Amino acid sequence: MTPFLVSDKWYDIRDLGNLSREILEAADRILPFGVVYVLAALIGFVASFLLFVLPSQLIVGVYGERRIIGRMQSRLGPNRVGPFGLLQPIADAIKLIQKEALTPTRADRAVMYIAPIIFVMPAVLLWAVIPFGENMVIADIPVSLMYFLAVSSLPVIATFMAGWSANNKYSLFGAMRIVSMAISYESPLVLALLGAVVMTGTISLSGMVAWADEFNIWMVFVQPLALVIYFICVSAELNRTPVDIAEAESEIVAGYLTEYSGMKWGLFYGMDIGYALAASGFAATVFLGGWTFFGLEQWVPGWLIFIAKTHLFYFLFIWTRGTLPRLRADQLMAFAWKFLLPLGVFNLLIVSTERMLWSEQDYAKGLIYVFALVNIILSVALVYAWARFNGYRPERTPTRPRLVKQAGGYIPVGERS
Amino acid sequence: MTGIIKSEPFVINIGPQHPSTHGVFRIKATVDGEKVIDAEMVMGYLHRSMEKLAEERTYTQNIPFTDRTDYLSSMSNNLGYCLAVEKLAGIEVPPRGNAIRVIMAELQRLASHCMAIGAFANDTGAWQTPVMWAFREREKILDIFEVTSGARLTCNYMRIGGVAFDLRPEFEPMVRRILRDFPPFLDEMEGLLSGNEIFIARTRGVGVLTPEMATNASLSGPMLRGSGIAWDIRKADPYCGYEQYDFDIPIGYNGDSYDRFIVRLEEMRQSLKIIQQALDGLPGGPFRTEVPLALRPPKGEAYARIESPRGELGYYLVSDEGPSPYRFHIRPPSFINLSALKEMTVGGTVADAIVVLGSIDIVVGEIDR
Repeated sequence: MTPFLVSDKWYDIRDLGNLSREILEAADRILPFGVVYVLAALIGFVASFLLFVLPSQLIVGVYGERRIIGRMQSRLGPNRVGPFGLLQPIADAIKLIQKEALTPTRADRAVMYIAPIIFVMPAVLLWAVIPFGENMVIADIPVSLMYFLAVSSLPVIATFMAGWSANNKYSLFGAMRIVSMAISYESPLVLALLGAVVMTGTISLSGMVAWADEFNIWMVFVQPLALVIYFICVSAELNRTPVDIAEAESEIVAGYLTEYSGMKWGLFYGMDIGYALAASGFAATVFLGGWTFFGLEQWVPGWLIFIAKTHLFYFLFIWTRGTLPRLRADQLMAFAWKFLLPLGVFNLLIVSTERMLWSEQDYAKGLIYVFALVNIILSVALVYAWARFNGYRPERTPTRPRLVKQAGGYIPVGERS
Repeated sequence: MTGIIKSEPFVINIGPQHPSTHGVFRIKATVDGEKVIDAEMVMGYLHRSMEKLAEERTYTQNIPFTDRTDYLSSMSNNLGYCLAVEKLAGIEVPPRGNAIRVIMAELQRLASHCMAIGAFANDTGAWQTPVMWAFREREKILDIFEVTSGARLTCNYMRIGGVAFDLRPEFEPMVRRILRDFPPFLDEMEGLLSGNEIFIARTRGVGVLTPEMATNASLSGPMLRGSGIAWDIRKADPYCGYEQYDFDIPIGYNGDSYDRFIVRLEEMRQSLKIIQQALDGLPGGPFRTEVPLALRPPKGEAYARIESPRGELGYYLVSDEGPSPYRFHIRPPSFINLSALKEMTVGGTVADAIVVLGSIDIVVGEIDR
């Protein structure tokens, strides 16, 4: 075995998996049994945090989001601290650390303290299974999709704890809303991902990237409806603005965060972006082909491609946040159960049929493009048909009011003035 | 174990410090889960006793007070008060003064409606974008006010018998720029909100006011017009020569929050039309009738009303031949419009209550005076 961890090719800096494996194997020979697992966990934590989560989240996440939203709102966004305001997130963090973390008198102190900590941990753990590049995954477990789904539903507990413990009615509103929303949106989310799982026949994220690489097609073309459902569900779970009913600034002040201040609040705020980035990374892996780009990964480091895709997806979150009004809680629930869930079931039905046909054809490569075309058409038709079936007609809304020349009394609709 | 989870309604205070109460206003809402079953309005946090204070000051000294009632449309408030004093003392305003007043009042309507639709969109949850776009345009109008009167928000520009200063040479190009820039902005807003499915879902059928309810509560302004009642004081009881200008009254269909929103958008278009006509036909001559500083109107009373951005703004004055009014009363449109809030919110959810409150477009300075 070569003692050099980095081989001769320049882009092999991506070979992080080998690096950690070499270190661990070497350590296993000299250390007593078990210690190596602790080391592995530490390496995983440090590597994931240093390599991606920390810089990306602070700089690109906070800064980029505020800057892009600023442009959308015809403002400048942060531009004072450091070059182009790049140090704004750091200044924010310092400010938050200095501030007092208030706890209301009648709050459940212990729970209120623990909640942000519980909120942070899954955000870091999620990155363990996401492949940044070839072999560049911290824990390449065969059930990484399941792992991701399981860990990503943990923060709901933390937010509920936060809302419950603060002893504030607005916080309670937020907590109740987030629990009901998480229950509603978890099922269509899983159904949407099931489509991708059935098509690829694997629940390993690396396997999905390998599938995309092998058949030269991204899952988004084969499963466009699944991506749409995933996007809506995940923005609901992450409390992003079109569906941020748990924080709903204009309605319930700040929802479960109402009583939080200082760095306790900062952890929630920072990790919200961390979760959004993790969800984007997951979507990039499952739906956008991960670190591959139709052969471009031969010339560009895969992790760069992956990061680019992640932020492309993350831009969608920023975009919707800057554009759309918020739905009401009951409308949101109705949308999940009446619209997304049936569509997910239909989608699963279609994809299962296709998979069956495909296996009968011995997994012919060309057939997948036919499926992609069929699915794109079917998705549009399905959404349209299901909307009509549910009695939804895009009404010809009169976006302009009626105009009258003379002042007078009541003019009923339809009467000429 | 009976298998029944006991639940009970609880009281939640929306305000006085809440992101969506547009000032210090409070709704004591009794909610059953998300549903509002009772709502009580609590106001008076901003009471400054203006009506009583005005009795101690001369007629001219009272003009700055009117700035501070409805601080989002100070020009309209100045105008209403000056009209009342002129009616009381029988003072004629020269045509140029009237035309400047009309331009200013309509610019103020644009600025105020910018605020109204922006804040309303914010209440439906469109995170800051519409309000920022609206503020961008509102700034340009406030710049015009600054050039003309020296102040942006509390202009104190109208005087008894005319206006305080003549227009500056920069004024006309600035207004022409507004006339050019505003229609694209309105189209932009319409594209962003009017046809937006989520926006429609949030506002359509929320806070419905039937024509009967609207008239019984003596509402006015966009609230009344949203319910399909063609009523506009500029048409029904013209002042400042509004009868010379060609414009339409926009009226809504169902009287819901959405209708109030589109009525406001269309009113802005009509305002632009009025400004265009007034600016093209701006007469020369004096801009003010000279009025003695210590004005002592003859014994009597007068009520003057104008169509402020929020509705019928009335000033009632009683004179006892002294230098200050014997009685000074304001009919604030937001206060009267707010009286229908309970009927509109009860039965909806908390989120609906916020949208309804936003659609009324209250200014708390005017409610509490």
